Amino acid sequence: MTYPDKHGHFGQFGGRYVSETLMPALLELEEAYRKYKNDREFKAEFDYYLRQYVGRPNPLYYAEKLTKRLGGAKIYLKREDLNHTGAHKVNNTIGQGLLAKRMGKRRVIAETGAGQHGVATATIAALMGMECEVFMGAEDIQRQSLNVFRMKLLGAKVTAVTSGTATLKDAMNEALRNWVTTIRDTFYVIGTVAGPHPYPMMVRDFQAVIGREARAQHMKAEGRLPDVLVAAVGGGSNALGLFYPFLKDASVRMVGVEASGYGIPSGKHAAPLCAGSVGVLHGNKTYLLQDEDGQIAHAHSISAGLDYPGVGPEHSWLKDTGRAEYVSITDDEALEGFKALTREEGIIPALESSHAIAHVLKLAPTLPKEQSIVVCLSGRGDKDMHTVAQAMGVSL
Amino acid sequence: MTRIGKRFAQLKKEKRKALITFVTAGDPDLALTERLIPSMAAAGADIMELGMPFSDPMADGPTIQLSSERALAGGTTLAAILAMVKRVRETCDVPILLMGYFNPVFAFGQERFCKEAAAAGVDGVLLVDLPPEEAVEFGRLARGAGVDLISLLTPTSDQSRIARVKRVAAGFVYYVSVAGVTGARATVAADIGAMVETIRSRVSLPVAVGFGISTPEQAATVARVADGVVVGSALVKLFEEHRGEELVERVCAAVKGLRGGVDGAA
Repeated sequence: MTYPDKHGHFGQFGGRYVSETLMPALLELEEAYRKYKNDREFKAEFDYYLRQYVGRPNPLYYAEKLTKRLGGAKIYLKREDLNHTGAHKVNNTIGQGLLAKRMGKRRVIAETGAGQHGVATATIAALMGMECEVFMGAEDIQRQSLNVFRMKLLGAKVTAVTSGTATLKDAMNEALRNWVTTIRDTFYVIGTVAGPHPYPMMVRDFQAVIGREARAQHMKAEGRLPDVLVAAVGGGSNALGLFYPFLKDASVRMVGVEASGYGIPSGKHAAPLCAGSVGVLHGNKTYLLQDEDGQIAHAHSISAGLDYPGVGPEHSWLKDTGRAEYVSITDDEALEGFKALTREEGIIPALESSHAIAHVLKLAPTLPKEQSIVVCLSGRGDKDMHTVAQAMGVSL
Repeated sequence: MTRIGKRFAQLKKEKRKALITFVTAGDPDLALTERLIPSMAAAGADIMELGMPFSDPMADGPTIQLSSERALAGGTTLAAILAMVKRVRETCDVPILLMGYFNPVFAFGQERFCKEAAAAGVDGVLLVDLPPEEAVEFGRLARGAGVDLISLLTPTSDQSRIARVKRVAAGFVYYVSVAGVTGARATVAADIGAMVETIRSRVSLPVAVGFGISTPEQAATVARVADGVVVGSALVKLFEEHRGEELVERVCAAVKGLRGGVDGAA
């Protein structure tokens, strides 16, 4: 059986928990997506933009120096950081943008945390000639001013969200509120494998190019499948993109890395799979950070892209079925991962991806040299210079 | 039949329309809500709609967002709301409808919620983010407990949505008059009458109209075509400026004004 089912459920997770106003739009979107996902012309156009515009396939790079330093399993980096716009997010926005065009929508909106998805959406809006508005938490606008400027240069309107905690979850609330008001001409480009059905399925499918390429590239390099996949999980789109094409390969371990901020005992973290409970937010049932009354708790992570109290429903399903395992990495550990990759390989990773690297620093030495790990380097770190400098006590 | 159905039936006999008023339970505290309910009923509200505050009210505009924040800051919980309703029920028979988002109810336990709500004297529940597709279990539990699950229809609802809602709807149908979030608006959408007729002819329940109705004149316009008028943000706005007895007086004066609008239209 393939998931999700026809109402978008992954076991008990997922679904469409939205107001009735949005239901017709979600049903229309699902119908359009099902029609076009196997359409030869749509697929050819999607592939064309991934190749000629994004620069795919990106390499599966053998991080030899880091591997030798750690003395264990071979480490391969899936270089999503080399994509146009600097992260994996653009794979999905190309797909949704092409779908929006075919559905006759003239305007796209998006929520963004670190700004990577906002930039990727503003980019395709410029490319495809659509109006674009990006909702971003006021706190994230402070943390990610460079990406805000990029979005504006690309012609997008960036709307600061001051309600609630003024971070990614509130940006998503505001995007949903805007969508409900503009539903007739607007396409909501959700940036991760969360939200109401069909988004978790659709975003996963667009991002699955990561895993399909990595699988073929690893086969070519090693003549076999990798032993472990590692990826950071905020909403979880880069992780699911990497994992999905390997789900049926029982020998391949999958490890999702959540952000535990100041540490799970501190309560200031963003690790719903490791330390949350099941609930409903932003249109889907999934693991969440919440109090006993079902009020959503504040998430914390040094990485704005992981600073979210929920996670994609398919990850909740993979956790409960045991197919994937989920661990967490603190802010401090993520900074160590950031520095290690920068100094050993000359690659500056995004803070989100640094969580995955930090887990590899722990995992690789415990595995034999014959084994290999594929880690998703989901984005580049240019956007994080201010945050990292501040954490290191350096003023720029 | 719950108090909601009985009230609509009685109003129909009297050839009057229902005034349904929304305030957030616990804004600024539950003691005030407890005082407000009988006072608003006396001022002319037919059905009390009480918001169950949620940290992430995605379908609400700024007025009700702020109201939810005030209620949560005051420590309002679902258990305390139900206990308050139970106390109100000792002296007041106005139909009570709880409105909110699914997660606090899910965290409380769906079955426990339905049972305790019914025991407290709650007549209906409206969960904004629980469309019919996801409401199978909750709908069964609510029916079993004798609580109406109120359903929403909107300007984007087509025949298939109306048919789907018909299968689960109880009490009345809440027609959301605009594609948007809650909050006051300058004008009432023009096409309400036709949509209300369509819904009424397909779902054999009264149709109340809400979202964006704030003045007695707007209430009158809507009451001409619908079975009920829902007013929320216009009342909730008063909570931003007033406190205590003055707030109760202001809210009741507004309810009286709206009552006049609704009745004058008949």
